Amino acid sequence: MGNNDINHAKKVVFKGLILLAIITVLEVFIALFGNGHLIEGVRLAKWIMYPMMIGLSLYKAYFIIYEFMHMKYEMQGLRFTVLLPMLLLVWAVIAFFNEGNNWKHNRQVIQQKNQIGIEHIATPPAPANHGEEVHPGNEH
Amino acid sequence: MDSVAVHSNVAENDQDMWEGGKTPFKASYGKLMMWYFLVSDAFTFAGFLIAYGTLKFSVPTWPLPDFVFSSLPGGITHAPLIFVTIMTFVLIASSVTMVRAVQEGHRENKNGVVFWMGMTILGGAAFLGCQAWEWTTLIGGENMTVTTNPFGSHVIDGVYLDDPHGHPYEASIQPESFHAGETYLIHKDHETDKWIQRRYQTSEGQVGVQEFGPKAFGALFFFITGFHGFHVFSGVLFLLIIMVNAASGIYAARKNGYEMVEKIGLYWHFVDLVWVFVFLAYYLL
Repeated sequence: MGNNDINHAKKVVFKGLILLAIITVLEVFIALFGNGHLIEGVRLAKWIMYPMMIGLSLYKAYFIIYEFMHMKYEMQGLRFTVLLPMLLLVWAVIAFFNEGNNWKHNRQVIQQKNQIGIEHIATPPAPANHGEEVHPGNEH
Repeated sequence: MDSVAVHSNVAENDQDMWEGGKTPFKASYGKLMMWYFLVSDAFTFAGFLIAYGTLKFSVPTWPLPDFVFSSLPGGITHAPLIFVTIMTFVLIASSVTMVRAVQEGHRENKNGVVFWMGMTILGGAAFLGCQAWEWTTLIGGENMTVTTNPFGSHVIDGVYLDDPHGHPYEASIQPESFHAGETYLIHKDHETDKWIQRRYQTSEGQVGVQEFGPKAFGALFFFITGFHGFHVFSGVLFLLIIMVNAASGIYAARKNGYEMVEKIGLYWHFVDLVWVFVFLAYYLL
């Protein structure tokens, strides 16, 4: 590495530091602004915030892998053997989050059914007829 | 003497070749295997983070990170996500100094390698210190443990019937109100060591008591950040060993551009990479 090269390399590193710092600040800004911490009463919808934050994080990951870990300068075969298996995680995320959502749904169903049971037992029969004794559990 | 010299010469060339007589992907054995180790480690971390997401999806409410992580050293309490942003900066900075160490290695500049590795170690140690403070605050100050999560969330709007000390509000005082989705922290009475679960009345008229939050939040927080922190800790140890080796001149004698520094560099950047996703999953989303 010559003197020119090292100066160029230093510049790349400095740029990387600034870039990653700015992206991190931006992410935190979105989180704070979107949750109403910066301006009272102003909030962002989650479907706007989340894709932005996920996108910025993925860009950070790309930058760290390609620049800092020098993946850019490796052979294509090495890149593929390392990065392609990560695509499996896409399905893992979809499948497991869907499963988690189903657990929530099942819990709600069970809770509702329990509620029905409690109400059925706990509700005293309405005194419909005056003077007449009502026998609980003696329904026809 | 001559034959020995020839033999060692051949051996040196052989080091660059794998058994098949070629270097796959033009990478050394050690570097390639470091990459594949990192692939397997990435799946481990992905498993933990996906488990976190799955459990978060499976319950109606989840503690809001900008409420849970809002303390700063010095008793400041309403600074959401500021401390963890500082932690992220520290880790990014240590990643950048690591890049410098690898660059100086390529230039065969021993002093440069040792200096920048030293800076990286300082960054790693600072990050561990930050994490120790964060854990101490959560465990010691806010009583979160692996099995108890005092950070719960409201499901519907309402007003509190008890004040923060657990006593019913006096008639003259305007009671505190809350909104759906807001996270609260159940405090502990310092004298009796009992939880203060405030009673509240929802806008629909039901009376309830502050419930504890999902256990998985605390358990996975300590597990995931702990596993990451352990990676940082072992990374600092490896960096120390390799820095001492570099200073001793052992890598200079190998004349391979301080490849060992490059390998530990890959590991160190990976630790930073994982933090990007831990930060995203735990503190941002």
